[in-house]
Amino acid sequence: MAKDLYPNKDDLQKFVDARYRTAWVWQTVFLSALLIAILALSALILNVVDGAFGYVVYEFKKDPALVSEKPIDDLNQTELIALLKDNLSRGAYNKLNNEKVMETRSEGELYGLVIERIIQVKTLKTYPLFESLFNRAAIEAEVAEKFPGARLEFRSWLTPDFLTTPMSSRAEFAGVRTALFGTLWMVSIAISFALPVGIGAAIYLQEYASKKSLMNKIIQTNINNLAGVPSIVYGMLGLAIFVRAFEALTSGALFGVTDSNGRTILSAGLTMGILVLPLVIINAQEAIKAVPDSIRQAAYGVGATRWQTVWSHVLPNALPGILTGSILAMSRAVGETAPLIIVGASTFISVDPSGPFSKFTALPIQIYQWTARAQSEFHAIAAAAIIVLLVLLLTLNATAILLRNRFQRRY
Amino acid sequence: MQTETPQYAIETRNLSIFYGPFEAVKDVDLKIEKGKITAIIGPSGCGKSTLLRAFNRMNDFVPTSHVNGEILMHGINLYSKEIDPVEVRRRIGMVFQKPNPFPKSIYENIAWGARINGFKGNMDELVEQSLRGAALWDEVKDKLKESAYALSGGQQQRLCIARTIAIQPEIILMDEPASALDPISTLRIEELMQELKQNYTIIIVTHNMQQAARVSDFTAMMMLFGETRSGTVIEYDKTDIIFTRPGDKRTEDYVTGRFG
Repeated sequence: MAKDLYPNKDDLQKFVDARYRTAWVWQTVFLSALLIAILALSALILNVVDGAFGYVVYEFKKDPALVSEKPIDDLNQTELIALLKDNLSRGAYNKLNNEKVMETRSEGELYGLVIERIIQVKTLKTYPLFESLFNRAAIEAEVAEKFPGARLEFRSWLTPDFLTTPMSSRAEFAGVRTALFGTLWMVSIAISFALPVGIGAAIYLQEYASKKSLMNKIIQTNINNLAGVPSIVYGMLGLAIFVRAFEALTSGALFGVTDSNGRTILSAGLTMGILVLPLVIINAQEAIKAVPDSIRQAAYGVGATRWQTVWSHVLPNALPGILTGSILAMSRAVGETAPLIIVGASTFISVDPSGPFSKFTALPIQIYQWTARAQSEFHAIAAAAIIVLLVLLLTLNATAILLRNRFQRRY
Repeated sequence: MQTETPQYAIETRNLSIFYGPFEAVKDVDLKIEKGKITAIIGPSGCGKSTLLRAFNRMNDFVPTSHVNGEILMHGINLYSKEIDPVEVRRRIGMVFQKPNPFPKSIYENIAWGARINGFKGNMDELVEQSLRGAALWDEVKDKLKESAYALSGGQQQRLCIARTIAIQPEIILMDEPASALDPISTLRIEELMQELKQNYTIIIVTHNMQQAARVSDFTAMMMLFGETRSGTVIEYDKTDIIFTRPGDKRTEDYVTGRFG
């Protein structure tokens, strides 16, 4: 009988125990894999937070308490202007006035000028967050010994001002406003190119193209491969096509813009658009594929044409999926750095982009550039900018998840 | 060509249906009577659904499929080049095996098909008539704006029938319309079919022999045969003859449950 061919009694117990042991080993392996991933992520976040906050040692060229009779925090607009006039050379004041008439500047701007031009903060050293929290005595001792007369203050490099001030050559006054606008412009151009083209291509491939034809199989394979092409290759493509070949278009020369070359937001946006296009196509295809065939059959069954079926039934039901995929593609575009370096993002620019033909910088470029600087205060603002970038990415991804959960259909 | 007598709603001549090189249905000659219910029965995989879907050209969506022979409606071959399959599907409606309402409101489920086919009349009236025609009006008249997915399976299937009669076809194809439903819903669909046949010709594919015997006027018995394992109609006659005095031994074995 076959009964004897299976383990019995004692053997059976041993056999079952052995099976449980194997299961336990695998479970432990998977759990440790998860733990490693969580550790790596925590290390990343701690590292960034560590850099963005902490003690700074700084000194003033002029003591703010001695600059004016009232504390400078309490000065109003006219008093601030008077202070600037008294303390700056005539040439320097006139130059500032020519850039933007003093009386039209806000109190905040004037205050910034006073700090920057008169008080002249100089950062001597920055400390990371955890050292600041747990090793305060050592820091104080070091400051007293090395920088006598300097001030020690706990500073968050990530402030509301950090978001709204433009780029500056001094880390203390630099912000990500320019880069943030650059990123937003670039992503909007990328998406407004990639979304219609990508969805269109996906509809064609999924609903019209014959799955059997060799040509379509080749196209499909290529799209899948394009999604994995290193982004720097797209940078080369953008440089060759958008910056060089289509310079007349991307520099805006065709539209009467004369003061720029092809290294504009438009070039960068289109390059990013090409980069995320395969992602948009694949995601949209998946969403369209997920619409059950029975709905298509129902539509054809009442005499609908292919287009009526696609427009009234397939697209509305695939839309949440398409949107989710597109937002994920957007967050890819926000984070990409390499193509921008090649396409020619400016590393130092303090003017907000004014349109598609402006020179630009973007958040990752700014972070890259700041990290490359020698001074430790730039590393601190780089960490702060990374937090801004991460929050932006998390917001986009959270939106995608919310959309998916809200509109997900069950058939 | 005008050889068809008016009593036939649709007629096939030497109809063979291929999937690639495979001949799924071979040499079918059927004359479907107008205003009657014709059942197509037979074991699984013998090409019943394939044959049914050939009538309204739903097989066109299977990329490798093609058809030899003719399907004639009013003496015109539905597979000739100048015939638009979209027009065919408006004339020959279809109810599927699994209820498949659109993920829209009940009202919109009926109105959409009418609208895309250029219906110019009063839409509210059409929706009411169609729902009454499918014996669903009383159950849904207060929730026309609600999602069709909130209905039960049987109600959904009657909604699909309402959607089909809203576009005023001449023939309604039903592909095992009750196989996913409980006995009570099945009974309601069967009663509904008896009412519908006053205005429409119905062709139904069913696995359920009792159902075929209960509802249909004519029955076509299909079976696989030959080395190619192609399906064909081995016997076609009035239903009571098929079920009481079949001419073919295989039919007798099948309807008495000794086979298949």
